[in-house]
Amino acid sequence: MWKWLHPYAKAERAYQLCNTLMPYFAVVTVVCLVVGWVWGLAYAPADYQQKDSYRIIFIHVPSAILSMGAYSSMAIAAVIALVWQIRNAELAVIAIAPVGAAMTAIALITGAAWGKPMWGAWWVWDARLTSELILLFLYLGVLSLYHAFEDKKSAGRAACILAVVGVINLPIIHFSVEWWNTLHQGATITKFDTSAIDSSMLWPLLINIAAFAGFVGVVTLIRLKNEILQCERHRPWVRELVGRGE
Amino acid sequence: MQFESLNEFLAMGGYGFYVWLSFGSCAAILLALFFSSLRDGSKLRHEVRAQMKREERIKKAKQQEQV
Repeated sequence: MWKWLHPYAKAERAYQLCNTLMPYFAVVTVVCLVVGWVWGLAYAPADYQQKDSYRIIFIHVPSAILSMGAYSSMAIAAVIALVWQIRNAELAVIAIAPVGAAMTAIALITGAAWGKPMWGAWWVWDARLTSELILLFLYLGVLSLYHAFEDKKSAGRAACILAVVGVINLPIIHFSVEWWNTLHQGATITKFDTSAIDSSMLWPLLINIAAFAGFVGVVTLIRLKNEILQCERHRPWVRELVGRGE
Repeated sequence: MQFESLNEFLAMGGYGFYVWLSFGSCAAILLALFFSSLRDGSKLRHEVRAQMKREERIKKAKQQEQV
């Protein structure tokens, strides 16, 4: 397995892999996003309690899940970068961070727009909301730490260490609705029990989760390609590639 | 279809403002991130191309000096 994996530590191979993977993610994103939004907005039945306001769930839950999923992937890349000193992994950390930050911002904004009609407040300093806000700051911290150093080697290391340390926030977000008294409702989709949601709403929700995951994939790949090019801009392979107009 | 007319669809049972605020800001953030990522890439390629042309010019100028 390692023999197969090793060539991807080389920038050029990683760049090519990005190109190969991108169309698949793009197709999943476009198809699922269109189907998921139309289904969620127009075809899913209204909730018996929250009426049509619950439709925000179709973007709130996917973005919240992906905000944590993106952070996990970023942290895994950071561990690889720190332990095996693979620079592509470092670049992946920097490529994922803005995407994760966007997901977190969407989760917070849609949460506020849902909280206002349901709880009567845009924002409350509740465990779930506060820990999600901290997640946004972690993403922004990783990015600004990376861009604060002139020397990209120490910049990468500092950003990776912060990304790894920040993992402690993930279980806090996940269990915050169980550990503390909170306004936020409990989990909608659970792996082990039957879901607390009817299948007429569950399907569009799952499709939207796939759409957001695809989006995170596509944009991360675009950004990773940019980071690799930036890093290797003086290498012949980049010049050949750019010269060809790619 | 859950809604009878377009107006009903836009009203979202009285929650239209909140629903469309969520979906609107979500779409705006997704599109902004996507296009700014693409733009970064083309800007970078443009810079590399400009650098290559510059080096070419310097090389030519040096050759002419020698002649």
